[in-house]
Amino acid sequence: MLFLVNIIVAGLLAGLMYALVAIGFVLIYKASGVFNFAQGAMVLLSALTFVTLNEHGLPFWLCFIITVGVLIVASVLIEFLVLRPLVNRSPDTLFMATLGLSFVIEGLAQLVLGTDVHQLDLGIPDVPLKLYGLQVSDFDLFTAAVSILLVAVLALLFGKTRVGISLRAVADNTLAAQSIGIRLPHIWRIVWSVAGVVALIAGLLWGNRQGVQFSLSLVVLKAMPVLIIGGFSSIPGAIVGGLIVGATENLADIYIGPLVHGAVSDWFAYILATAFLLIRPNGLFGEKPIQRV
Amino acid sequence: MSASKLAGTAHLGGTVSQAPRLSGRRVAILVALILIYGVIPIVGNDYWLNSLIIPTIVMGLAGLGLNLLMGYAGLISLGSAAFMATGAFATFNLLLRLPILPLPVVLILAGLIAGLGGLIFGLPSLRIRGFYLSAPTLAAQFFLTWLFQTYHWFSNNSMSLVISAPRLEFFGYDLSSSRGRYLLVALTAGLLLLLAFAIIKSRIGRDWMAIRDMEVAASVTGVPIARRKLQAYVVSSFFLGVAGALWAFAYLGTADSNTFSLDKSFQVLFIVLIGGSASLLGNFVGAAFIVLTPIVLDILVPVLGLDTYIDQGSIANIEPIIFGALIIFLLIKEPDGLASLFSRTIRALSIWPLRR
Repeated sequence: MLFLVNIIVAGLLAGLMYALVAIGFVLIYKASGVFNFAQGAMVLLSALTFVTLNEHGLPFWLCFIITVGVLIVASVLIEFLVLRPLVNRSPDTLFMATLGLSFVIEGLAQLVLGTDVHQLDLGIPDVPLKLYGLQVSDFDLFTAAVSILLVAVLALLFGKTRVGISLRAVADNTLAAQSIGIRLPHIWRIVWSVAGVVALIAGLLWGNRQGVQFSLSLVVLKAMPVLIIGGFSSIPGAIVGGLIVGATENLADIYIGPLVHGAVSDWFAYILATAFLLIRPNGLFGEKPIQRV
Repeated sequence: MSASKLAGTAHLGGTVSQAPRLSGRRVAILVALILIYGVIPIVGNDYWLNSLIIPTIVMGLAGLGLNLLMGYAGLISLGSAAFMATGAFATFNLLLRLPILPLPVVLILAGLIAGLGGLIFGLPSLRIRGFYLSAPTLAAQFFLTWLFQTYHWFSNNSMSLVISAPRLEFFGYDLSSSRGRYLLVALTAGLLLLLAFAIIKSRIGRDWMAIRDMEVAASVTGVPIARRKLQAYVVSSFFLGVAGALWAFAYLGTADSNTFSLDKSFQVLFIVLIGGSASLLGNFVGAAFIVLTPIVLDILVPVLGLDTYIDQGSIANIEPIIFGALIIFLLIKEPDGLASLFSRTIRALSIWPLRR
C-alpha cells in the first residue's frame, strides 16, 4: 500500500513540473487563442540565459532580472514580427507559425549560448527524505510551494489588477475589448512576457533536475496531453491535468510496463489524452466552444 | 485561397474536352519526363543521385503524403514519421518472410499496412479537429516507434535493432546500384504523383477540400465526413509508408526506429509548409529546400570566409533558424508556399517583355 502511495506521490510531483510548463500555454491561449508551440523553446531560452549569466559569476537575483528582461524583449519582438502580421488568420496557421518560431528560438539560443549541457544548482537538496514513509525530497516540496505561489500570484494578477482585468476582457470577447479601447498588441506583449516568466520558473526547476540542455524544449510535447486533459483555457485545469498525467504515467510504467516489456511513459500520456479527447473534448475545466455556422 | 483554387479546378475541368494540342504545359511535362527518366539516369553521377536527388524525391513523396492529409483535408499531423517507419518495417518483414513477393507488391502491401495504422490513429479525428489532432498523431509517433524498438521481432531479432534491405530487385533486375535505386524511386514517385493527382481531382479530393474549408457546410451538402476523413488518413499514410520504405532501403540502406523520430515528422511538416499547402509539385520544391540547405550551408560558409567564426556545430543551429524563419515568412507573405511563388514569377517573366 505504501509502495502504491509512493508511486502516486512521485508521479504527482513530476506532474507538477508538467503543470508549470502547461500554465504558460494556458496564459497565451486564453489571451490570443494561439496554441503556442514555442513555449518549450522559451523554457530552453530562459534557462540557458539564466545559467550562462550565472556561470559568469552574476548573483542569482541579477541573473533573474536580466533573463526576465531578455524574455520581455523577445515577447515584444515576437508580437511585432510574428503575431501582428498574422492577426485574424486561422488558429491552425498561428499554430504552425509558433512551430516555426520554436525552431528559430531554439536555433538562436543555442547559436549564441552554445549547446553544452549546463549544470544548474539552485541550492536546494534533491535527496529523498522519509516523511511518514513517503519518499519526498526538499526540492519536491520547494517545487510544490513554487507552483502554489505561482498560481496564487497569477490569480491575483488576473483578478485584481487593471492589466489582468483587461486581459480577461480580451480573452472573453476580443472585439468588445478592442471597442472599449483595450490595445490588443499591448495585451499580447504583456501576456507573452508573463508566459516567459512562467517559462523561466519552469526552466529553472526542470534545469535543476535534469541539467540545462536541448531536451528542455521537449517538455512542450508532454504539456500537450496535460492541456488536453485539463482544458486549454484553465489554469487550475493545467495543474490538475499535470497531476493526472504525472500520476497515471508513473502508475502505468510500474504496472503496465512489465506486461509489455518496456517503459510506457514515452507514449502513455498521449494515448491517455487521446482517450480523453474522445470522452470529453474540452478537457476537465475547458470552456465549451460555441461554433457559429 | 481555397475558393479561388476550387474555381481554378472547375475551369480546368472545362478545357479537358478540347482536342489535344501542343500547349506549353504539355511540352513542359514532356520535357520533365524526358529529363527525369531519360537524362538524369544517364548523366547523374553517384554523388548527385545518392545525396541530392534520391533524398529529395523520397522526402517530396513523404511531403505529398502529409499534404494530402493537411493541405487538402485540413487535418494536422505531427506523426508522419511513424507511418514512414511502419512502411519501412513492413517492407523489411515482407521481403524477409515472404521472399516470393516481388518488390512492387511488397511496396504496395507495406503502404497498405501503414494505411491501416493511419486508419487507427485517424479515428479520433472524427471527434476533434485543429491542433487538438496533434495529440493522437503524437501518440502514433511515440507509440509506433516504441513498438518497433521494443519488440525485436520487427527487426528480426538483430542485436542493434537495425533493419537493412535484404534485396532490391525487380524481376531479376538488380536495383542496388545508385542508378537502379534512382529509377526505383523516380518511377514510384511518378506513379504515386499520378495517383495523388487522380485522387484530388476525384470526388474524394473535392470532398476533402470542402471539409477543410467548412466542415459543417460540407456535411450539410451530403459529404460523408467520417468516411472522407478516414480515407484521408489511409491515403496519406499509404504515401508516407511507401516513402518510409524508400527512405530506409533506397536511400539509407539501413534504418532503425530512430531514423523516423519526431524530427523527421517535423521535416515532413516543413516540406509541406515551405513547398505549399494543397500543392502536389510544391512538396518536391520543399523537399529540395530541406535537402539542399545543409549542403549549401556547408559549401557557403568556407567560401564566404565565415568558417573562422562559425564551426560545424553552429551550422547545425543555423538550419533550424532558416527553416523556422522561412516558415513564418511564408505563412505571412505567401501561404501557398514556394511553389506558388515560383509559378507566379514564371508567369510574370513570361509576359514581361510584352508588358506595357
